[in-house]
Amino acid sequence: MDFKLKIWRQKNAREKGGFRTYPINDVSPEMSFLEMLDYLNKQIIESGGEPVTFEHDCREGICGSCGLFINGRPHGPMRRTTTCELHMREFTDGDTIVIEPWRSKAFPIIKDLVVDRSSFERIMHAGGFISVDTGSAPESNSLPVSKNNSDKAFDAAACIGCGACVAACKNSSAMLFAAAKIAQYALVTQGKAEAKERVDKMVRQMDAEGFGYCSNTYGCEFDCPKGISIDFIALMNREFFSSKVCRQIPGRYTRKV
Amino acid sequence: MQKLDSKIPDGPLAEKWKNYKAGLRLVSPANKKKIEIIVVGTGLAGSAAASSLGELGYKVKVFCFQDSPRRAHSVAAQGGINAAKNYRNDNDSVYRLFHDMIKGGDYRAREANVYRAAEVSNDVIDHFTALGVPFARDYGGTLDTRSFGGVQVSRTFYARGQTGQQCLLGTYSSLNRQIAKGTVKMYPRRDMLDIVVINGKARGIITRNLLTGQLERHSAHAVVLATGGYGTVFYLSTLGLGSNATAAWSAFKKGALFANPSFIQIHPTSIPVLNDYQCKLTLMSESLRNDGRVWVPKKKGDKRHPTEIPEEERDYYLERRYPAFGNLVPRDVASRAAKERCDAGYGAGDSGLSVYLDFKDAIGKQGEDKIRDKYGNLFEMYEKITGINPYRQPMRIYPAGHYTMGGLWVDYNLMTTIPGLFAIGESNFSDHGANRLGASSLMQCCGDGYFILPNTLSDYLADDIRTGKIPVDEKAFEEAEENVSERIKQIMSVEGKQTISSFHKRLGKIMWDHCGMKRDSEGLKKGLELLDQLEEEFWADIRIPGSEGELNQELEKALKVADFFEVGRLMCEDALQREESCGAHFREEHQTETGEAKRDDKNFAYVGAWEYRGKGEKPGLHKEELKFEYVELKERSYK
Ligand SMILES: Cc1cc2nc3c(=O)[nH]c(=O)nc-3n(C[C@H](O)[C@H](O)[C@H](O)COP(=O)(O)OP(=O)(O)OC[C@H]3O[C@@H](n4cnc5c(N)ncnc54)[C@H](O)[C@@H]3O)c2cc1C
Ligand code: FES
Repeated sequence: MDFKLKIWRQKNAREKGGFRTYPINDVSPEMSFLEMLDYLNKQIIESGGEPVTFEHDCREGICGSCGLFINGRPHGPMRRTTTCELHMREFTDGDTIVIEPWRSKAFPIIKDLVVDRSSFERIMHAGGFISVDTGSAPESNSLPVSKNNSDKAFDAAACIGCGACVAACKNSSAMLFAAAKIAQYALVTQGKAEAKERVDKMVRQMDAEGFGYCSNTYGCEFDCPKGISIDFIALMNREFFSSKVCRQIPGRYTRKV
Repeated sequence: MQKLDSKIPDGPLAEKWKNYKAGLRLVSPANKKKIEIIVVGTGLAGSAAASSLGELGYKVKVFCFQDSPRRAHSVAAQGGINAAKNYRNDNDSVYRLFHDMIKGGDYRAREANVYRAAEVSNDVIDHFTALGVPFARDYGGTLDTRSFGGVQVSRTFYARGQTGQQCLLGTYSSLNRQIAKGTVKMYPRRDMLDIVVINGKARGIITRNLLTGQLERHSAHAVVLATGGYGTVFYLSTLGLGSNATAAWSAFKKGALFANPSFIQIHPTSIPVLNDYQCKLTLMSESLRNDGRVWVPKKKGDKRHPTEIPEEERDYYLERRYPAFGNLVPRDVASRAAKERCDAGYGAGDSGLSVYLDFKDAIGKQGEDKIRDKYGNLFEMYEKITGINPYRQPMRIYPAGHYTMGGLWVDYNLMTTIPGLFAIGESNFSDHGANRLGASSLMQCCGDGYFILPNTLSDYLADDIRTGKIPVDEKAFEEAEENVSERIKQIMSVEGKQTISSFHKRLGKIMWDHCGMKRDSEGLKKGLELLDQLEEEFWADIRIPGSEGELNQELEKALKVADFFEVGRLMCEDALQREESCGAHFREEHQTETGEAKRDDKNFAYVGAWEYRGKGEKPGLHKEELKFEYVELKERSYK
């Protein structure tokens, strides 16, 4: 297969970036999208150029490192698929493929297709945990959790922290990301004790990082490679409004109805 | 030659850890605040250790090469994590878990370490539950378990097919709590490139900041390596592409012994190579062999579509060769059997390098829904990658490099032969002998990090309360930094024509062909020769675009691959000296008449620990004799 690739190139955070076009031939439909980029990079390096920098590690859709904006969609055209799981057989021979980094104020570009997602880390530092010291845990089965809640908690916990939700959102909102963690802990017995402080702190941090608010376009859910449900945002909002502190903060986290 | 002292405490097996721990020294809370600890790695082992040490009040610095600690390759573990809870009342116990691991490891692991790993396994599950890890549960709200290869009890706790991810997010959450408290400082996007030894003690590391290219000096009173496995020496493996041996290798070069480097597990069920640019083999969980039947055509080179090959023309070779265990033989046995059929010309697919894993019978008997319920996410993953629907036609699978049982030699305290340098998780050698049983790595990593290391490390640090901060302007730091800087300059100065990946790929093939599933003396020697040749070509013809003072992924790769040549050689040397077959290490010369592994307990019941003797010098071998007081050494038979 042959393609025309339009790729965002940017030397570093300071310099301005722009698109460059690369023709690429003899791509096998069996290649993954990132293998296709490896193949391109091999050609670029061998002809004396600088390869395209992009982030990746596990290459099996679980570490959340990879994340490219492909033809206007985070992780490309297939639903519930990360960039590393996407394969070239999903494209048509001769296509032009546009490849960009995530674009959001809270994810500054580092180089080419690599962005800085440390804002996600700081949201987690703010409250993404249950406060329990090693060695102080009771016997597991003394903390029963209904199968239903536990399964739902798993669905929320399946988030890989890739940032596609932010990239998909016209407001660059990180609501789905934060909600997934908040919901996971709100659904299990162990997480209830500090649920109120958790939601308050994480929401404040999200705000401080410059992520936008949610206006219910559902783009995040649609493009989430792990299919995290937008219902968790509703759950987070409920948690938020039932937390005492929330009354002091203007209602920008409400879903517009 | 230094004498290897494993420091295994006296006393009955079941009492060893309890008694030993009671005698370990402590550091007072006021003194802990003055002591710094470096932890390299944020997988299960590293993040568990760092968070526990932070909770205790030490000042901890943690490093990883990814942009977030949550992306360590532990995240990819699928199947589960073992514990001896005996929740199913199937007569499981700490002793039974211990026994299964010793046998599964083909009697090449230390009894005391394995017993301890089994002993703390229950605490790991309790801690994860308290941290909100969503393990699978039964309708009554209690934890569910499942069975895993090589054992007869149900002791594997799991979170669908994403147990590693869920456990890692658990340890990551405790890490975040400590980061927020200020006891732990996180340094992401760093490659550790050297270890700093002052007056014989590990006192710091040199890292490269991957964003700026800057070399950094970090000092501490002790250093803990939790840097994972080096299966990427095969190029194609089930590991993350960034996985490497560099951290452990730098320790080796500074005097830490490296144990059993050739013990690498080849996992039987991964998606085979489908194109020439493939750089990763995706694992299909071992659990699939519970219902899938493995076969190849009876006729050599039969290229018909698998659904067109009638029942009587299929060779279910595992069921044929191992009637007692059938498709559920351990990993090493299943991998070799697949290779044997493919090498003999019966393999499936265009390359002939794959076998079928067929669910037709299971779907027929249990219905498609039931199979979807059990393996839905794996089937989906298979279809995404191959474009083939495994409900309609058999999967194609082939063995792939997966897990390194070998690693840095550690004593009972998990300390290497460099005082103050500890190694935990997959980066050490200690608990899995020559073959690892499924679901026991996550267990070991967490046990090491949460419950063992914090105790033994405190005992070591009890001597350091008056040392004061370690200055980074010491000569040893300067030398180490200089060393790294030289290596980088050397790499950047080659200005050849070929990419790093093309060398890595060729290196991986040499290792796979000569030091992979089957080994023999001639092949290993040939492998050594080929490695030398390729290494020479590497240093003459690599091309690294860009500069060292920026984010430069080619340079990062080059530093790792350069070490893999040396690791590969040590693997070959180790495989050569071990004139027996055991676990994953299969020497063609040492097999039974029916082609099974033939162990030699009289001469080889030891840990082979290698010492670095300088560039170009042959490394020296030390032997730690393994004593078996509780387990009787038997032939592993699965027939
Ligand atoms: C696909 C797959 C499935 C598996 N399934 C199971 C299973 O079901 N059950 C089970 O028990 N085991 C399983 N295993 C094995 C198990 O996952 C690993 O052995 C274990 O997770 C290793 O954990 P770790 O903490 O030692 O290292 P890792 O999780 O690999 O972490 C290594 C850390 O070290 C850091 N690091 C490495 N080198 C450097 C360096 N030079 N500088 C700085 N940082 C560095 C990395 O950034 C990372 O943070 C599986 C393995 C794979 C590959
Ligand atoms: S590389 Fe890990 S999710 Fe894509």
